[in-house]
Amino acid sequence: MAIEVDMMKKVPVAEQDAKERAKNFDEVCLGYTEEEARAEATRCLNCKNPKCVEGCPVRIDIPGFIGRLKDGDNAGAYEVIGEASSLPAICGRVCPQETQCEGNCIRGIKGEAVSIGKLERFAADWARKNGIRPVKKTGNNGKKVAIVGAGPSGLTCAGDLAKLGYEVTIFEALHKAGGVLVYGIPEFRLPKDEVVAAEIENVKALGVEIKTDYIIGRSETVEELMEKEGFDAVYIASGAGLPMFMHIPGEQALGVYSANEYLTRANLMKAYRDDYDTPINIGKKTVVVGGGNVAMDAARTALRLGSDVTVVYRRSEQELPARAEEVHHAKEEGIGFALLTNPVEILEDEEGVVKGIRVIKMELGEPDASGRRRPVEIQGSEYEIECDTVIMALGTTPNPLISGTTKGLETNKKKCIVADEETGATSKKGVFAGGDCATGAATVILAMGAGRKAAKGIHEYLS
Amino acid sequence: MYKILEAEVLAERTYKMIVEAPNVAHACEPGQFLIVRAEEESERIALTICDFDRVKNTVTIVFQTIGESSYKIAEKKAGDSFADVVGPLGNPAEYVNEPIEEVRKRHYLLVGGGLGTAPVYPQAKWLKEHGVDVDVIIGTKSKDTLIMEQEMIDAVGEDHVFVTTDDGSYKRHGMVTTVIEELVKEQGKHYDMCVSIGPMIMMKFCVKLTKELGIPTTVSMNPIMVDGTGMCGACRLVVGDEVKFACVDGPEFDGFKVDFDQAMKRMKLYKTEEGRRLLEYQEKGGGGCHSR
Repeated sequence: MAIEVDMMKKVPVAEQDAKERAKNFDEVCLGYTEEEARAEATRCLNCKNPKCVEGCPVRIDIPGFIGRLKDGDNAGAYEVIGEASSLPAICGRVCPQETQCEGNCIRGIKGEAVSIGKLERFAADWARKNGIRPVKKTGNNGKKVAIVGAGPSGLTCAGDLAKLGYEVTIFEALHKAGGVLVYGIPEFRLPKDEVVAAEIENVKALGVEIKTDYIIGRSETVEELMEKEGFDAVYIASGAGLPMFMHIPGEQALGVYSANEYLTRANLMKAYRDDYDTPINIGKKTVVVGGGNVAMDAARTALRLGSDVTVVYRRSEQELPARAEEVHHAKEEGIGFALLTNPVEILEDEEGVVKGIRVIKMELGEPDASGRRRPVEIQGSEYEIECDTVIMALGTTPNPLISGTTKGLETNKKKCIVADEETGATSKKGVFAGGDCATGAATVILAMGAGRKAAKGIHEYLS
Repeated sequence: MYKILEAEVLAERTYKMIVEAPNVAHACEPGQFLIVRAEEESERIALTICDFDRVKNTVTIVFQTIGESSYKIAEKKAGDSFADVVGPLGNPAEYVNEPIEEVRKRHYLLVGGGLGTAPVYPQAKWLKEHGVDVDVIIGTKSKDTLIMEQEMIDAVGEDHVFVTTDDGSYKRHGMVTTVIEELVKEQGKHYDMCVSIGPMIMMKFCVKLTKELGIPTTVSMNPIMVDGTGMCGACRLVVGDEVKFACVDGPEFDGFKVDFDQAMKRMKLYKTEEGRRLLEYQEKGGGGCHSR
């Protein structure tokens, strides 16, 4: 049966019921069916000067792939995406499309933007289910590139370089490849075995070797990779690093986690599954501090583990840095939001266990350096929220492992590796860097964009 | 896969294994540690590197069974393999990267409590091999829980190893602090530097004494870790006025600056799991446990 399309509105996508999904770790969004995808594809205006492409950090030919979907050529659509992105099934799920491609969509001026993310996801999922993989078209050029970190940036760079004929080895510190895709983003947003593992297999199919359990900066330095192991260039994509804390009283209390720890236990170490040994303390009442995507992931994970959850954020809803869709999903699932509220102290009982959090109400004052209105404390407005778990989702500072062990690698005031935005080149010859280790914590797609640019930069350097 | 070449029971619940792990063996130094995952479903457990062989590409681990995952490690036999062995993690002991002529000017006192004897061993060996004067105190619960006495004697010489037991069942009777006092106050020995590794409670009292005696003391902290590479923040502890991460800033810290009470409190984090078991053992036996 043909689907009736309202040109002003997105074809709706099926989701797991909010009450049901709050109790499981299955994927929330179920994705388009073939009919729905084809119907949504008809909404694309096929602009001559496609603004959506400008909004995409990896410059996918968006009208190109949507046109193929419209014609029912799913494999062709996948091929078009594959020219720009090595991880389409992932981007289709976790990119902040509303501020990128869809944010620029001409359809979006009068009505709703074309659902580009969901269409990308459909094409990638269709290809996977039909056993279609990217193919390597060129032979080896005899040059070796080492990549530090098998997260989105490293995988993208590896995929691009492999397609250009380079022999690529990725060194990954953890026991599993994927970086934030496996330790950070939860299963219900990004299925690990079905989607992430399959995308990584696709990168491997291009001839990329991934060495897990291998710590650059400890087992071997960047210099040793180049001098002893014969790599012609190195791309550092080691990710964000150490979690930040607020430095308020009580932060060392039992039951205070960084979001990184909480999510790593739940995702990478699969604490939510009975067949894994990882311990995780499931509180009855959890407070998550922060308003980004990581905060939403932590909150929704805690909820699924059986806790009551409140997100505490110091600015208003408008300033929440998380994707609109994530905030919307979190609210639907029953997560509470204490906005314009900031923690001042974590309260502990005589055993040192968290029993609550003392917060203060805030109001928005003059805009600060970030252009957002600065939150100011309202004197005398302090109150306590009862809780037994506090998750700090405040961002990260760069991991010192690589910068501390690589001579001549310049870092900035924030200890991020200084890298050219266009080529990824660092102060050290033959060494490139990108993603969170260079920019500070950002998004998967920006890290992928940096990986693409670095691949180009490395190719130019070695040609 | 990481093959286990030898597996041996050293004492009750205490095991020693020699494992093939070239990435660790070719680079590790005294002071560093590694992480083992027995099986795909197991936790990442931080363990001490007790010895290494750069030619054979092997590392020696010594550990005790505390939680589920450490039992899974202990159940393995020679010929079996671990799912993962990753390292070296943490920073090498400070002297490793200092000019050796400076290090040679110092007299070192190494103190190993219980399982802490295992990570003290490669330090003792390194210092001796580099011509540095070193005395070693081994403290343990009783004769039955004593480990690595012979190895230590082989490394630094019989006259430089001082064993003491909590119950007096072997050699000296008393805590490691009793021996430190005896060596310094009665025998008039002089030490420029102390390295103390063992249960937190032992390190706390050891540091209290060495502070009085004016001997700068390094301790090795073994808080709960998940990734061990500077990501999770679980291993944070207060050193001086700063929050430090044992995995990337440590594991060795200036003992005078560590807030041991807070560190011990944080180990209770997993009330029904690893942390509490670890701490319970430490509080009970002193000598016993130290999962790293």
